Amino acid sequence: MHKLELPSYLEQSDEVRDRFTRLKQRPVLLEVKGLGKTFDSAHGPVIALNEISFKTHRREFVCVIGPSGCGKSTLIRILAGLEPPSSGRVLLDGKAVHGPGPDRGMVFQGYTLFPWLTVKKNVMFGLEMAGRGKMAAEEEAMQWIDLVGLSKFAKSYPHQLSGGMKQRVAIARALANQPRILLMDEPFGALDAQTRARMQAYLLEIWQNIDITILFITHDLDEAIYLADRILVLRAHPGEVDELIEVPVPQPRSPGQFLSPEFLATKKRLEELIHPPQAEAQDNGDHLNMMRMVSVNDEVESVF
Amino acid sequence: MSSLQWFAVRKELRPRTRLATAFMSFVLPLLVWSLVSYVPWIWHPKVEVIDPGGVSYFTRDMLVDREVFDAELATAREEHRALPTGRPANPIYLPAPHQVARAFYKAFTTEPKRHSEKWLHESLWESIQVIFWGFFLSSLFGVPLGILAGTYDFVSRLFEPFVEFFRYLPAPAFGALAVAILGIYHAPKIAIIFIGTFFQQVLVIANTTRKLDPSLLEAAQTLGAKNIALLFRVVIPGIVTDLYKDMRILLGWAWTYLIVAELIGTSSGITWFITQQARYKNFDNVFAAIMMIGILGLTTDLLLAWLGRRIFPWQKAAANL
Ligand SMILES: Nc1ncnc2c1ncn2[C@@H]1O[C@H](COP(=O)(O)OP(=O)(O)OP(=O)(O)O)[C@@H](O)[C@H]1O
Ligand SMILES: [Mg+2]
Repeated sequence: MHKLELPSYLEQSDEVRDRFTRLKQRPVLLEVKGLGKTFDSAHGPVIALNEISFKTHRREFVCVIGPSGCGKSTLIRILAGLEPPSSGRVLLDGKAVHGPGPDRGMVFQGYTLFPWLTVKKNVMFGLEMAGRGKMAAEEEAMQWIDLVGLSKFAKSYPHQLSGGMKQRVAIARALANQPRILLMDEPFGALDAQTRARMQAYLLEIWQNIDITILFITHDLDEAIYLADRILVLRAHPGEVDELIEVPVPQPRSPGQFLSPEFLATKKRLEELIHPPQAEAQDNGDHLNMMRMVSVNDEVESVF
Repeated sequence: MSSLQWFAVRKELRPRTRLATAFMSFVLPLLVWSLVSYVPWIWHPKVEVIDPGGVSYFTRDMLVDREVFDAELATAREEHRALPTGRPANPIYLPAPHQVARAFYKAFTTEPKRHSEKWLHESLWESIQVIFWGFFLSSLFGVPLGILAGTYDFVSRLFEPFVEFFRYLPAPAFGALAVAILGIYHAPKIAIIFIGTFFQQVLVIANTTRKLDPSLLEAAQTLGAKNIALLFRVVIPGIVTDLYKDMRILLGWAWTYLIVAELIGTSSGITWFITQQARYKNFDNVFAAIMMIGILGLTTDLLLAWLGRRIFPWQKAAANL
């Protein structure tokens, strides 16, 4: 096979390096210190997260990636305050967080729009919880709905929308509260490839234009590289930080960069981290027990 | 349309077929009833005497068992007396459809036998009131308690074990007690319907509340909703459609307690009408009255279903009846 000569993912152009220096001078928005989570299951305690520490700066876009079951959802749920940590602390703007709050918006993988509310009322929900008057909330909600391009559907109910549209409303609903950070747990996981690409472009555009820090979970390597300033790679059993990668692909991003050397170099590195070369699957005895189940004199002898 | 389509698992029938099938669900039992009533050789264990002939104790229009009639016929033939004639008939407790249909109309137009007695529609109205109050009072306490039990573990632990125990006690068993406490008129009947409905209601609604998708609650929390807001802005609207369906089913149960309830103290309402008519052996009226209950129940339910579709526009069309 033809071997591609790729630069190291650690090599950054001056422009990119400059940007990261400036990024790290921004105030720290989210600080996670020695975070651990142990679940008590029927088979004894399960360590889902162990000693997770990292920092996120203002208006940074961080992606979290890692093998299935490494505790990505657990991490984001702790950050959102939906789950208490077993150890460690989460600081937002230097203050410890306890329980869920409107300063941390969340977009879930499943569709969590309130089915009994129209799109507009869904987006108004957080504003009303914050004590905004009905008129003000309505006006503000319409602006956010406009931002995600769904003005025409303001009066529709969630069941009348497509999956991509639902997630756009969910984003608008979370953003309407003007949270400090937007937490997203595989928000585009259930969407088809095209819708997904479109949603990624929307999200980048939104991120570029408003004051928001984003922590985005995904298991799609391309998605992580395309979206993120930095990628937090987790390892499983127990969930620990493997590496915090600075994506060397220059900003602003465009789909044209998917085949750039920096992009591919980063992807190669992620592949190495997430699917280590010595196939770990075999160690777990996790392979198919295959035997030939095609009749001997079948017309189609072999698929090759 | 092939029959395969009729038995496709969890696939909706086409609208036309659906309507026709629903219609058949009423036509089929009616057909069976008509066959038994109008085809002389199906069942018909009695003989209605047309001409007594030489049998001394036979009278015109008398119903006798077929064996008895055949025996008397044989004896009369042997003794060369005038032969009795008759036609196959069903027992008096199974009137034919047309008789019930006539009774249906007649029941509303015939004056009561005694001056103090009630017309059928008055009896029915009495029953409806008893049901209404029983169900209303039960819901007044049962719905909030159910929702609270489904939302807060504390409330659930505090009430549900006892409710679970109480629901096994048959409501009619409290009849005598209810009369002793509440007198003989409407109050004990309402109490029986209350007892029969309330405990089931709490458990059913608590369960429905627990089935609310927890991620909706989590989403609301990340949007800043707390305690009371969570209950009133998420839990209640989130379950209200299912709650409404539960209430329709529970109302059906309340109806089934009606007959027992109305027998307590002074018998009243539609039950009084039914027992009275059965005493006079007007079984066509009895059937008419029973059907009246069915029709009333079904109409209420259809009405509520229709109303439900209007109040809950976010439900997918035709997702529920
Ligand atoms: N409520 C719970 N009780 C017990 N164990 C749990 C619970 N929630 C998560 N876990 C365990 O913690 C580990 C991490 O789960 P988590 O859902 O965070 O993984 P994930 O990285 O989000 O996986 P995926 O990529 O499949 O979404 C898993 O081993 C899971 O079995
Ligand atoms: Mg997950």
